[in-house]
Order: sequence, then C-alpha cells, then structure tokens
Amino acid sequence: MREVRISLVGFGVVGHGVLEVVRRKWGLLRKMGLDMKVVSVTDINGTLFDETGIDPQRLHAAKTLEGIANLDIIGKEAIQEVDSDLVVEVTPTNIVHGQPGLGHIEEALSSGKHVVTSNKGPLVVAFNHLREVAQDNGVMLKYEATVGGTMPLISLIEKNLVGNEILGIRGIFNGTCNYILTRMMEEKYTYSYALTEAQDLGIAEADPAYDVDGIDTAGKVVILANSIFGMNARYEDVSVTGIRDITPEALNLAWERGYHIKLIGEVPSLTVKPMLVPRRSPLAVGGTLNVASIETDLSGTITVTGLGAGSIETASAIVSDIVSIYTSRQVDG
Amino acid sequence: MRLSMDLELQDIPGQLMQSLEPFKKYKGNIISVVHHRDRKTPRGTVPVQIVFEIDPSNIENIKRHLEDNGIVVVRAGEDRFIEEISVLLIGHVLHSDLGDTINRIDSTGFAEVEDLSLRMPGIEEPSSAYLRIRATGKEEIGKSLSILRHVGAEKDLLVIEPIEAEKI
Repeated sequence: MREVRISLVGFGVVGHGVLEVVRRKWGLLRKMGLDMKVVSVTDINGTLFDETGIDPQRLHAAKTLEGIANLDIIGKEAIQEVDSDLVVEVTPTNIVHGQPGLGHIEEALSSGKHVVTSNKGPLVVAFNHLREVAQDNGVMLKYEATVGGTMPLISLIEKNLVGNEILGIRGIFNGTCNYILTRMMEEKYTYSYALTEAQDLGIAEADPAYDVDGIDTAGKVVILANSIFGMNARYEDVSVTGIRDITPEALNLAWERGYHIKLIGEVPSLTVKPMLVPRRSPLAVGGTLNVASIETDLSGTITVTGLGAGSIETASAIVSDIVSIYTSRQVDG
Repeated sequence: MRLSMDLELQDIPGQLMQSLEPFKKYKGNIISVVHHRDRKTPRGTVPVQIVFEIDPSNIENIKRHLEDNGIVVVRAGEDRFIEEISVLLIGHVLHSDLGDTINRIDSTGFAEVEDLSLRMPGIEEPSSAYLRIRATGKEEIGKSLSILRHVGAEKDLLVIEPIEAEKI
C-alpha cells in the first residue's frame, strides 16, 4: 500500500469537493494500492493538521477553518511546515498576477512535492516557469481541472493521443456563457435576463465579467497553448470578444439558418469569440456543458464533452490527476 | 471556364453514360456529377447536375448533342461562385449603411452577398443581419471575411463567423 500524504490548500467549493471525493472513493483508491490521507487543510484562517489523516466528515459542515484550525500557519509557510507528498492547490484564481496560488505552487514544487491544481491563474501567468521548477525538482505538476473541468482533455492528449501531432483545439470552455446563450436561444430571453437567471442558479458570479467577457476562456486558451503546443503565450496575446453583445434576435436568426452561436476558444490561433456553430456539429452542446474538438494528424478530429464546473466534478478531475501521478510513474528497464 | 448544367434523364439504363459522351467529345473536364435517381421529377425523369470546365465556345455543341439524344437540358450557365459562407452581423447594421456593407463585398468582383435577412427588434436597439456570401473560391471566401471584419471594426458591428470557415 502506497501512502499518499496530501496537503489541501484552499477550502472553498472545490476544496470541499476534494475532501468529499477522497472520502467517497476511499475504498476504491485502496484497491488501487493508494492510501490517500489528507493530512492538512489550509485557508486564510490557519491550518488544520492531523498526521493520521483528517476525517472529511469533521469538516463537512464547516465553511471556513475559523475556530477549527489547530496551527497558526497559512500559505507558503503551511506548505513548508507540513510533511506531505502532494499539494492540492485550490485557492481563488487571479489571472493577472496568479497569486496567491502561484507562490503556493512554486513553494510546493521547490520543496519536492507534487502539485495538483484547478487554479488557472498561476498557469496562465507562469506555466513554463512552473513546469521547469517541477522538472528541476523531479516532481509532477498536474492541472486537468483547469481546462474544461471534469472533461478529460489534457490527459486525453498526453496519454491516449500520444504520438499524434495536435494541429488545433477548438471548443466551448465556459459553462456560464454556454448556459446564458442556450437560455437566450431557447426562451428568447435578453442577455441581461438570462444572466440574472444564471446568477440566481449559482451558475454565474455576481460580477459576471470574468465569464461573459471571455476572460476565463482566454485563460484556458493560454494554458492549452503553453501546455499542449509548447508556446509561450500570455493572456495579452489572446484576441478576446465576449458574449454581452449577442441578442436573442441574432440567436434566432442563426437558428433559422441552421446555426447556434457559441463562445468558441481556439488554439493555436489564440482567439476567443462568438462563432456560428452548425446545429449538427458535435460542438453544438447546450446548457452548462463544455466541449472540445481536438484536430490531430493521425486520429482525425476527436471531440469530448462534459461538465465544465461544479464542486464534485472539478474534484473528480483533481483526484484523477493524483491517481495518475502514482500509477503512471516511469518504468525503468 | 467553369460551367454547370442541369439535365433531366429518362430512367432507362445507359442514359447517364450517354449524357457524358459530349463532354468527352468536346474536351470538357468534368469536376462533379450529381445523379439524383431517388429524387425523380413529376415527369418521372432523373435530375443530374454536372459541373465542368470547358472552352465556352463548345457549350452550344454540347447542348445540341444532348438534346439530339433526347436529354433535356434544363439550365446551362457559368458557375463562378462555387464556395459559400454564412456570416452574422450584430449592431446598428442598417444605420451604418447596410447598402455600403454589402457593396464592399459585391464590388470585389470575386464575391457577392446572395442572401440577406434582417431582424430589427426596436429603433434604438441593435439589429442583426444574416448574410450568405458566395465567392469564386476558398481564398476569395477568406478575403471576403477579412473585408467584413474590417467593416465590422469600422462600423462597430460584431461579426460572427462560422467555425467551418477555417481549419483550426
């Protein structure tokens, strides 16, 4: 049995999901030979540490670690102090400077810990740097959950499509925009009405700019460009148009002519813009779904679709990344 | 020159081969033949569309040869615009001189706006226009799109292109 000592940094929606998935899949993980123990959870209030593994049910109802933390250390200090093999970094994302996640990931990698993250900011700001730090320290950095949530995209390309040249990736990478456009088309809602509905359902943030202006999609485009295409793209390199100017009449007109309007991100062209998607295209998925078409030289075009967000869904991608670190180590000789 | 011809054949064996004979005789280079055996006309004939390249001086000879053999030539003519694309514009489409927008494409000589639909929800509100553009080739479709992008930037219109327009 391989013991995996995990430090969870960030205790929001995704952090709770990670604890829940580890709890639910504990038996299955043991069958795979992995004894996963979350030995610490850190948020801005402090760190809860338990060498024998934290019982997730103890934290189930807690929104924060206030009054629960037993160590007065946070952030990089907590990553340094706690003896763990792997850090799950799920703090709030910032696409401009990448902090605090960037500092956390750097600290973890340079102290020889693997990192699994759903935090886009650090990867948008410094993907190539972080990959170098990981290589220099002989550890792995996994980030499937940053692009397309639960939809297997990066691992699909790196594992199953290995040997293929990836010519391009095009898709819907933001479930909030897809939900708003779907509702506008189906119900003839105005943009602002569909947005308020999405906000009431918790699909859109109170400040929706990050989603509807295409910023989130552009961040994912940057991560794909750097990780899959070996580019050195920055957020500023992406040409971005959001969905605020789309009208129900335009959606209706497009529909009558056999098209949807979707917010499409493309790599390596580094564009994010609303595009006409033929109704019968595999990219024409509705609701909060994400989808990606990968154009390859040997396998043709492969399309994957799945839920792009959600606590348990994102956590499932994180746990898959953790498992893959311990089950796909290089075979010597 | 590229031309297309719509024919109607009798539904009897050998008719299709016979209809292609004059193209060989008058050195036509056949690009495509679409044979709609499952879509008969009310008269019971079978529609066939042939696209070909030929010296235009031979077109009348081909037509005569076909008609002499009992094949109906419904239409024959130049087929310049072989590619098409759909584009949607959102914004003050009409008040930013829609005629001028269309003319920018039509005046190229290699592309034309063939179909146009408008939606105007309210006087002050942005309208939407659907345009189908036909052009003489893929490259010309690309040029038309870049003209529209330029016009869009100039007139503050959102130009929505289809995903099939270009490879990823």
